[in-house]
Amino acid sequence: MKAIQEFTKGIIKENPVFVMALGLCPVLAVSTSVQNAIGMGAAATFVLVCSNIFISLLKNFIPSKVRIPCYILVIASFVTIVDMAMEAYVPPLHKSLGIFIPLIVVNCIILGRAEAFASKNGVFKSMLDGLGMGVGFMLAIIVIASIREFLGVGTILDIRILPASYKPMIAAILPPGAFITIGLLMGLLSILQNKKKSKA
Amino acid sequence: MDFSTLFIIIIGSIFVNNFVIHRFLGLCPYIGVSKKMDSAFGMGMAVIFVMTMASTITWLIYTFFLNKATSIFGIDLTFLRTIAFILSIAVLVQFVEMVIKKAAPELYKALGIYLPLITTNCAVLGVSLLNINENYNFIESIVNGAAAGVGFTLVLVLMAGIRERLEYSKVPKSMKGMPISFIVAGCMALAFLGFSGMKF
Repeated sequence: MKAIQEFTKGIIKENPVFVMALGLCPVLAVSTSVQNAIGMGAAATFVLVCSNIFISLLKNFIPSKVRIPCYILVIASFVTIVDMAMEAYVPPLHKSLGIFIPLIVVNCIILGRAEAFASKNGVFKSMLDGLGMGVGFMLAIIVIASIREFLGVGTILDIRILPASYKPMIAAILPPGAFITIGLLMGLLSILQNKKKSKA
Repeated sequence: MDFSTLFIIIIGSIFVNNFVIHRFLGLCPYIGVSKKMDSAFGMGMAVIFVMTMASTITWLIYTFFLNKATSIFGIDLTFLRTIAFILSIAVLVQFVEMVIKKAAPELYKALGIYLPLITTNCAVLGVSLLNINENYNFIESIVNGAAAGVGFTLVLVLMAGIRERLEYSKVPKSMKGMPISFIVAGCMALAFLGFSGMKF
């Protein structure tokens, strides 16, 4: 029961993007299409799970004074693996994500989970925590990307939803659209939270 | 030395491809440290300094150690790019912090708390990677690093100015804090889109 909670908390209650506002750079930058969003989410989830497992295995060997450089080194190794694997198997996706794949290293979610969770908990729990946070992160990007792709191109996952005569709202896939979409979504979430609070 | 190329890089990095607004790099400090003008300015200065230094050092490391054609070892180590860059940036920031603490205590007091935060600022790693991707030479890399820092400071200070005013204005309860900041950032991005029409 408790193990499942470690997994589910990252998806809604402690969603890294909407609730904790971590790792915003890739969320806004790659959410121009749902396909990019899935790619980025999968890459980040892989790194998050692997680094959480490794750091929780190594937690007794890493001296606490130099722990941050050690974590960064572990994370950077996994990011390099993802970077090379994507370049080999999905070159178009690798190209459209660009420098945001190496930049997963400095994504605050991953270092944050290593510091706050994996360095204090067991391997299995850390793995579930990483998986949950990764899925939460992926869902958040997919939600934002769906809105932007729908308004900006009229498609979702390259499947046309709106008729071809729809005049796309180009601003939605340009940078301003990203900021305004996430601002409105966060506002919506806090309306829901306020309602919940006033009920309780 | 061709000064017009340098000029284009400077204008490009400050206005057209602004790191925060256009490339979505360094959003955490952009939202996190933009509540007060003083701290925004301090953070901006620290970022300009570190970005210039980081561009210099990572360019040297890439050219003399990693890139096969110019490396002193003559082997291809480009896959180590991410790890080498993030480690050298972390070491650099630590070193800069120690030097400033000894040499200029006044400056350290002003910048002190912002320096450690910069290691995980994705804009610093981003500018290092972009310099390599764009095939900039040594001088161009340094100039690009400094210009990117200036662009970052510009939008950070603008944002801090707007947010100081926002404190006194009537914002709907659920939009307070983060959501309204993102909407403001969106408006700023719309304004900056005007620069993207500039062609040289």
